[in-house]
Amino acid sequence: MMRYFTHRLAHGILLVVGVSLLSFLFLGLAPGNFLDEMRLNPEIAPETVTALRTQYGLNQPLPRRYLRWLISVCKGDLGFSFAYNSPVASLLWPRACNTLFLTGTATVVAWLISVPLGMWSAARRGRLGDRLCMGTISGLLAIPDIMLALTLLFLAVQTGWFPAGGMVSPGFAALGWWGKVKDIASHCFLPVAALVAGNLPVLVRHVRAGMVEALASPFVRAARAHGLPSGSLLFRYALRAAANPLASLAGFSLASLLSGSLLTEVIMSWPGVGPLLLEALLARDVYVVIGAVMFSTVFIFLGNLFADGFLYTLDPRIRME
Amino acid sequence: MAKSARLVRTLVLLSAIHILVLGAGFFGPYDPDVQDRELPFAPPTRLHWVDARGRFHFRPFVCPYVALTGRFGVYKADLRQTFPVHFFVRSAERRSPGILHSRWHLFGTDDEARIFLLGTDGYGRDQFSRLLYGGQVSLLAALVAAGLSVGLGLLLGSVAGFCGGLIDGISMRLTELFLALPWLYLLLALRAFLPLQTPPRMSVFLFIMLVGVMGWAWPARLVRGVVLTAKERNYALAARGFGASDAYLLRRHVVPQTFGVAVTQAGLLIPRYILAEVALSYFGLGVGEPLPSLGNMLAEIQPHNLTSSHWWMLLPGVALIPVLAGYYSLTDALHERAGLVQV
Repeated sequence: MMRYFTHRLAHGILLVVGVSLLSFLFLGLAPGNFLDEMRLNPEIAPETVTALRTQYGLNQPLPRRYLRWLISVCKGDLGFSFAYNSPVASLLWPRACNTLFLTGTATVVAWLISVPLGMWSAARRGRLGDRLCMGTISGLLAIPDIMLALTLLFLAVQTGWFPAGGMVSPGFAALGWWGKVKDIASHCFLPVAALVAGNLPVLVRHVRAGMVEALASPFVRAARAHGLPSGSLLFRYALRAAANPLASLAGFSLASLLSGSLLTEVIMSWPGVGPLLLEALLARDVYVVIGAVMFSTVFIFLGNLFADGFLYTLDPRIRME
Repeated sequence: MAKSARLVRTLVLLSAIHILVLGAGFFGPYDPDVQDRELPFAPPTRLHWVDARGRFHFRPFVCPYVALTGRFGVYKADLRQTFPVHFFVRSAERRSPGILHSRWHLFGTDDEARIFLLGTDGYGRDQFSRLLYGGQVSLLAALVAAGLSVGLGLLLGSVAGFCGGLIDGISMRLTELFLALPWLYLLLALRAFLPLQTPPRMSVFLFIMLVGVMGWAWPARLVRGVVLTAKERNYALAARGFGASDAYLLRRHVVPQTFGVAVTQAGLLIPRYILAEVALSYFGLGVGEPLPSLGNMLAEIQPHNLTSSHWWMLLPGVALIPVLAGYYSLTDALHERAGLVQV
């Protein structure tokens, strides 16, 4: 057990180092840098640009810059943002928290809906309810995330029921704690709805497939023949047998917490990692980009690790190996 | 029976979409870059059958838009003027842009009026025609990129599976690296590191190369798995025993086994790449104007149009739904046929 996880951890660290090397390699190959636009500006003296170049270390060779970046990672800075003139970590942290708040809520809601729905659908497989449910789910699957977000935003603007974008209202600081909760809730309703609608089809289909398989297995039929009530059959026997693929899926949900909501965040102007990344990309604020990519890579790795650990505790068959 | 019926239904839907898109020059009444600066953000043209005096016409007609003075982008249909919709119209231009050229259009109206089935964008360009031409760009890009990915995956996957050893180890670690990265993040980052101010055709080419090369890891892993089992089959071992060369074994016994996986992978990758194009173009990193694509048509919503209720600007996104549904259903049907899903 411990050996397996230390092995995985070492693997993960290698992976993260590999990703950072790869990002720096692409960085070196990419034309242009943050100062290009400044250089074109006649109001800024060329000497200033050269001085900034030296200050930011953009004139140094790539391995040297990588080393400098590694040192700043060790210090907990994750590099330096040219556009914001501050360490990347202090920019990323609050953004990452906002993103995690949004996606965490959406993931919890999506799972709370999809597990009962998938079970219900599997229990009445082939009947009208199941067919309706699966039809709706298939339809929802075909609607791309970008359209879900845009349509919800459009409806919000049309009806005026929900604020169109942002995380807090302008007068947020003056509100009482209950007012603050209400304000954030009304702001995050739309992005959460978009994310839930985007994730729901995959989850429901997996839950249903797993449950259908479990319900068709001989031990469930035996239990049914013994006269077990269908409720306990469904929850205590079939769900446990179907939990294996769901654990992997939960890991995947966790893994995509940080990176899965990029489109929704940008469209709904949620102050998360997504808009920051996009802005940094277009401005060639490279260390912010690398920081965001590294952050989400770490998350993906942790999600997979969690899925493995979860599976390990859940399924004795895996423990044997 | 039910399985093949579903596959046939899906294939009919997909071919209908592709024929419509491929024949954009014929089905679309206008060229994608023809602008009508008098009519920015015109809503979809209504087809009328009953005129102002209450008479019924068998041939539908359209009424021209008149801009309301003092208000930008607000129009009123002038019901007194009527222009019949003609079918099979011969156009004045010699050739239409796009993949297939056509001098004929399925429908059109007199030159004094315009017919905009899906309204116009901010430059007064016909959204319906642009949608069809944009579909050409988006679908072609996704198809070629998927072909590139699957080709690379077949090559690297079969080499890795067949040779084993160090090559296998290295390439599988590499696939892990690629699969562990957040796909959209990586795509955006790499695209933004490439030159941004490029001519439209170049931007399509860059998109195809980038996405096609980035997506090799998914097919490569699966192909490798198939190759690993295929090369240990008894007939493969027997062939080797009879002195078959590696090249012969690969060609005759191993690679043909992987085609099933390759086809299902292509079916999975195409919708993913269509969405990638939409996302990238929405952020202004994909297909460049004036070339239309599904993504950069949606991108026009961004600044202000949503709030001013130009709902028809969302229709290019709605058009994505049948395309994606078709491809998802295709992969489901292929999986079912291969017996991979028993549901």
